[in-house]
Amino acid sequence: MAILEATLKANGLIVAFAVVGVTVWLSYLLSAKLTSGRVHGSAIAIILGLASAWVAGQFTGGENGVADFSVLAGVGVMGGGMFRDFAIVSTAFGVHISELKKAGLAGVISIFAGVLVAFVAGAAVAVLFGYRDAVAITTIGAGAVTYIVGPVTGAAIGASSDLMALAIAAGVIKSILVMVGTPMVAKMIGLDNPQTAMVYGGLMGTTSGVAGGLAATDPRLVPYGAMTATFYTGLGCLLGPSLLYLSVKMLVG
Amino acid sequence: MIIYGVALLATCMVVGTFVGDYLGVLLGVKANVGGVGIAMLLLVAASGSRRLRFLVEGASGDGVKFWSAMYIPIVVAMAARQNVVAAAHGGVLAVAAGVTATVVSFALVPVLSRFGARRRGESADAGSGERG
Repeated sequence: MAILEATLKANGLIVAFAVVGVTVWLSYLLSAKLTSGRVHGSAIAIILGLASAWVAGQFTGGENGVADFSVLAGVGVMGGGMFRDFAIVSTAFGVHISELKKAGLAGVISIFAGVLVAFVAGAAVAVLFGYRDAVAITTIGAGAVTYIVGPVTGAAIGASSDLMALAIAAGVIKSILVMVGTPMVAKMIGLDNPQTAMVYGGLMGTTSGVAGGLAATDPRLVPYGAMTATFYTGLGCLLGPSLLYLSVKMLVG
Repeated sequence: MIIYGVALLATCMVVGTFVGDYLGVLLGVKANVGGVGIAMLLLVAASGSRRLRFLVEGASGDGVKFWSAMYIPIVVAMAARQNVVAAAHGGVLAVAAGVTATVVSFALVPVLSRFGARRRGESADAGSGERG
């Protein structure tokens, strides 16, 4: 047993390839047998991933899902920012510039609208829950933008750590919801072409949410959504502690 | 050679990420601004360039395609390492904020993409009038 553990630990990333491979295989099997293909295999795989992250978190008390089990630490590397971004960039292979240009202005507007709308939604909820000071409202609003914008903004304007935790939680909820919800609403919002995918990426913005959501909807749309989503967090970090904070401050005094 | 494609992809990502980080510092933001997007544009430009054709044709292209096929498994691994417990612990406020932001953003997708389509429609009408 100890030898097995040592073997698994020493080959972390390789173990992750095997474990994820089995998970994906199982998911496609479930998709075909239980839902006769109606729920996409990758959507099931993502949900299985999230569910196991929840179970793992209950056991380990850590922040990194299954990666906090030392034998599965490689899943953390495989699903970390470096490999995620590498894979996202690779999807741009075969993208046509003309498709990107078609979304043009609507794509750019969507990034600004996305940050603003998410922030206002989060801030409104904070007010509804009784928060009245500008720092708290801004931090929670920024958390609803993405779970990176939340703490970056909070840190810049001097929010307490429990507020930051709240903001991060709101952001993670959003990203999970985008991952799971996108394939469900895809038809309703007309998400079946590159231009809409770019608008979608700009509006939703959460890189992991958009990455997972489009993967489970139609992998061919991934590069278009990722292209706009990549500017969202940066814009959020830019506007959060500045323009948005000042606006909230003006409103609540 | 497969490594040529992988190396091209890696170079695009490193350059893109660097530019994104640099933009972040320039703007005084503690985040990468558009690094992945810039890297993607570099890859699109490189794969369309005649000079760099040897980096993306045949086996070299397979080096890029392999990673793009690994995209979904990597996303699954990403899902498995999220802090789902903390998200659930954030309580009603965090859930309400996250859900509201997501629902409103979803609802705006058709609005904005119709706006984009209408603008395209107008320019197309001026030309051939072709639109599906």
